[in-house]
Parts: sequence; C-alpha cells; structure tokens
Amino acid sequence: MADTTYQRQNPAYYVLIGVLIFMSVGPVVLLLANSLKLDVDITSGTGGLLFMPTIRNYETALCDILWYEPEHVRFCTIRFGGAFINSLIIALVSTALTLIFGCMAAYALVRFRFMGRDSLSLSTLAVRMIPPAVLLVPVFGLWNNAFCLDNDRFLGGLIRETFGGRGDVCLAGTHSGIILIYVAMNLPFVIWILQSFIAQVPRSLEEAARVDGAGPFQVFFMVVLPLIKPGLAAASIFTFRIAWNEYLLASALADRDTMTVPILIVNNSSEFDGLGAIMATGMLLAIPPILFTLFASKQIITGMTAGAVKG
Amino acid sequence: MSQRSTLSRLTPYMFIAPAGLVMILALFYPISYMIWGSFRSWDPSQSLSETDFIGLANYAKLLVDPAFHESFWVTIIFAFTVVSVEMVLGVGLALLLDRNIRGMSVLRTLFILPMMIAPVVVGLVWRYMFHQTYGTFNRFLEAVGLPSVNWLGQNPLLSVILADIWQWTPFIFILSLAALQSLPKSALEAARIDGATGWQQIIYIKLPLMMPVLIVTMLLRLIDAFKVLEVILVLTGGGPGLSTEILALRIARTAREFRELGEAAAMSNLLLMLLMVLTLGMFAITRWQEVRARRQKYAPQEEG
Repeated sequence: MADTTYQRQNPAYYVLIGVLIFMSVGPVVLLLANSLKLDVDITSGTGGLLFMPTIRNYETALCDILWYEPEHVRFCTIRFGGAFINSLIIALVSTALTLIFGCMAAYALVRFRFMGRDSLSLSTLAVRMIPPAVLLVPVFGLWNNAFCLDNDRFLGGLIRETFGGRGDVCLAGTHSGIILIYVAMNLPFVIWILQSFIAQVPRSLEEAARVDGAGPFQVFFMVVLPLIKPGLAAASIFTFRIAWNEYLLASALADRDTMTVPILIVNNSSEFDGLGAIMATGMLLAIPPILFTLFASKQIITGMTAGAVKG
Repeated sequence: MSQRSTLSRLTPYMFIAPAGLVMILALFYPISYMIWGSFRSWDPSQSLSETDFIGLANYAKLLVDPAFHESFWVTIIFAFTVVSVEMVLGVGLALLLDRNIRGMSVLRTLFILPMMIAPVVVGLVWRYMFHQTYGTFNRFLEAVGLPSVNWLGQNPLLSVILADIWQWTPFIFILSLAALQSLPKSALEAARIDGATGWQQIIYIKLPLMMPVLIVTMLLRLIDAFKVLEVILVLTGGGPGLSTEILALRIARTAREFRELGEAAAMSNLLLMLLMVLTLGMFAITRWQEVRARRQKYAPQEEG
C-alpha cells in the first residue's frame, strides 16, 4: 500500500542516490574485499573485485583461538581472540551499567522536583562535550596512583591474596578500570537522550500503579521501563558503539592482558607486511556496528534526532 | 507518617545516586584533579601530592611554544573547514532529496554506516585508499590519465579533512532531513499557492524554519570535531611534521611520549575552556529559541 504514495521522480535522483550509496558503502566493501585477498594482490591491485577469496588473513588474525595451526602462520603476532573477549566484556558490562544508572537518573530528573535538580540537569548536559583526550591525563594519573589500594591494608591485601600478584591493587590494567571511565563518559549522553523519552510516558499510568500500592522503584521498573524500550535500544546502541570503538583511554589504561581490539589494530597497523591481516582484524571489529546499522537503523536515527530536533 | 515523608523526599536522590557517584568519581574529580595538576610540575612517576607548585609556568610555556601554536591552528582550521563543508553538503543533499523517493530508506540506513564503524578502522581503510602507489585514488587518477597525488605526504590536512567529511556528512544530512520533514506543511503550501519558485521556497521558508535545528546540529558537530583523534592517528600519526597534529593528539603525545603531565594538563584545560565556550553558546541559543517560540505562541492570545 505504501508504495502507491511514492512520487515519480526524475531519473537523476535515482542516479544521485546510487552514487551516494556507493560512496558511503564503497570503503567498507573495499575493506571486506582486501581482507579476503593475499597481500601481493592488495598491493599489485590486479583483479579489482574479481579475485579468488582466501581466509588466510582471518586465520592469521584469529591464530590464538583457532583449534588448528594454519601452516602459513609462523608466529602468532595478532592475538585477536583475547582482545576480542576483552572488548566484549568491557563494552557489554559498561553498556549495561550505563543504561541502568542512566535511566534511573533520567527518570529522577524528569519526574521529581528536588533540590539541585536544575543544576544537575545542566551539568549533565555540559559534561557531554568533554573529549576523551582531556580525560587522558587525569585518568592516567588517578587510576595508577590515587585509586589504588595499599596491599598491606585489609581490602587491598584481601584482593591480592585472592587474585595474586605483587604491589598495590590499582584500577589501571583491569577491566573494571576501563569500564568505570566508559560508564562515566557515556552517562551524560544517555541521561540526555532518555529524558525526552521518559517525558512522553503518561503520568496517569504511574499514578494508577501508585494507587495500586506500588513503591517508586516498582513503578519505575514495572511501568516506566517497558514503555521506553525504543529509547533504551537507541541509547544502548550508542553506548555500545563508543565503548566498542574507543581507543585512546583504553590504550592508556589497558595492559597486555586487558588490551582491546582498537589498540591491537593501532599497534599493528604501522607494519608494512600483514596488510591483509590487519584489514581482516578491522573487518572483525566492524562487524557488530555493521549489524546494528542493518538491523536497527530506525532506532539509531531516532536516537540521533531525538536530541537535536525535538530539543 | 513522618518516616514515610522523609523516605519519599529521599527517593529522587536514591535514583540519582548511582549515576551521580560514578560521574563524581570518574568525571568531575578527574577534571578538578587535572586543573590542579596543570599548576604543578608533574611527572608520570609521581603522584600529584609529591609534585611542586609552579604557578602558571605550564601555561606560560605553552604560550611561547611554536609547536602548540601550530597544533592549535591546525585544530581550528580542521574543525571549521570540516564543519562548514559538511553543513553545506549535508543540508544541500537534504534539500535535494526531500521527496518520497523509493530507495530513500536504504540510503538513510547505509548512510549511517560510516558513523558507526570504529574510527580506527576508518583510518585504516582511508590510509589504504590514499596510498601513494596502490591506493584507490591514485589508481583511479592513473586510469583516467592524470598525474598521481602524494596524498598523505604533501596534502595531509586535506586528506584528513576528506576522510572526516566522508564519515560525518551523513550526520548533518539525517538531522536536517528530519528537520525538513517536520516543517509545518501549511507554510510550504501557502508559498506554493502564492507562486514561489523552488529556490524562493528554500531561501525564504525552508531554511529560516530549519534554522534552530541547523544551529544546534552545527554546534554538536563542531564540538565533536574537536574530539576527532583516532582517524588522524591512524592516517598520518599527526605528521608529516606537525601538519595534522590536532590538539587532542598533541595532548596524548605530550603525556605519553614527552612525559610532561603538567603541560598536557594545561593543554587539556585550554581545550576544555574552548569547548565550554561553544557549549555555553549552544545553551544560550537553545534557551533564546525556547523563549522566542513561547512568545510567538502566546502573543496572539494576549492580543485577542
């Protein structure tokens, strides 16, 4: 039915749309194509899009989690498997925490009148503009020094005895350290987005639930949350994307065991050999965002326009 | 009864507490720590309490540091060029394509792709495309019979700007398209009946009505343009020389390669103040628009 409402247009418009689609997808297709080529073919440029695809590059990238040993891999330099698991843990946990904390705060800011509400709401908006680079210096300093537990005190000693190791217990080099800064970084944005969704929930529903004897937390979790699912979806995609793609702060905090995929790519991208393998790693990193784009583009667009257009 | 009322008075704070705690611990405290640290001679091996207070020496050093000047201007040129080109392209495309065309939803979906992919990966692909010998652009130029260009070596800033335009024009496009489609139909129809041409409709009706959204979009994009780091890091690493070393990159290098945390903190502080001015500008504009919209809404009632 909807098809009948399309207007007939000048063919030039379709050409323009085709060109735009080609321009936005082209580099991604190029990445995919190169990740399936041998290094020789990438640099010689023969064949274009007609070539014999090979999964060699993916074998090189995934060498640490493959159950067999690919014969062309002599030494496993790119340890994608471990980094992928780190990225996954950090992105998922920080997204979950950001969403829970964020929607609670957004709910309070929209629904309750209390002391300091306006200044809180304003400062949340203001910190949205802080670039990760500005946080680099203080986070590096604090996570390595001030936020450490002495290992001769009780709690620090307990953690050391349980997990082993020497020296003080610090946030730097742990998953929790990176997760903490990601949650803090994403909270202002999530609160900002969710405020406009919560404001649309009819108050009468909440009041009805309260009359039936529900406490404020019950009202929030049983009535409000199910109604703002589209907002939660948009917010979670944005938060996940930032946590998944971030490089700078992770590179300052992570050590060998907590390294995420973007760090792996930057560290290996300066080498001239292994062009295909690094492209394969990049492709693997890009898969979750691509899937989001293809299956949840509507939520992404809602999230993007919610702030700017509705105000 | 009194117990219940204290409880209900505490409820909003209980909702705020987790988010507030995290933000105080990992956002506000670090920022104030950094501001404090920018007045001290600070080395990565020291904790801040062991360092010496040196007043404004870090800032004074930056004022006379030619490298800082260069990266400051590179940042400004990069941000403003990128935002103005993206605004023109994005708004232009939105005006051109604001029709019921089949394939529009496909375009909108695929247009988000560049924004969603990791900046690190964007840098990787564009570095390949800009490559001197086997890069896509030079191969294309050769195929057409034109001389090849040394993209990253001789036109590094242009290359970086091109990559950013590819990545972020869709953002402006999608926001301005949403703004266009939420314009009041009555105003456009009235103009059409009065015989306004397409250009007249755009200049006198569509653009002025879109203005509020366009200004907010532009400021959002401008603030984000100061955050760009990973694409440039992978594409050029700030070089050759200092030609693409934007402030964010310079902060990272000062802290990690030169190990001058105090100076890096002072630089971060200046960047923060710059962005604060832009953000306050955005607040002022949105507040002013709200006030004006309210006045327009109530004006006829007061008269009548």
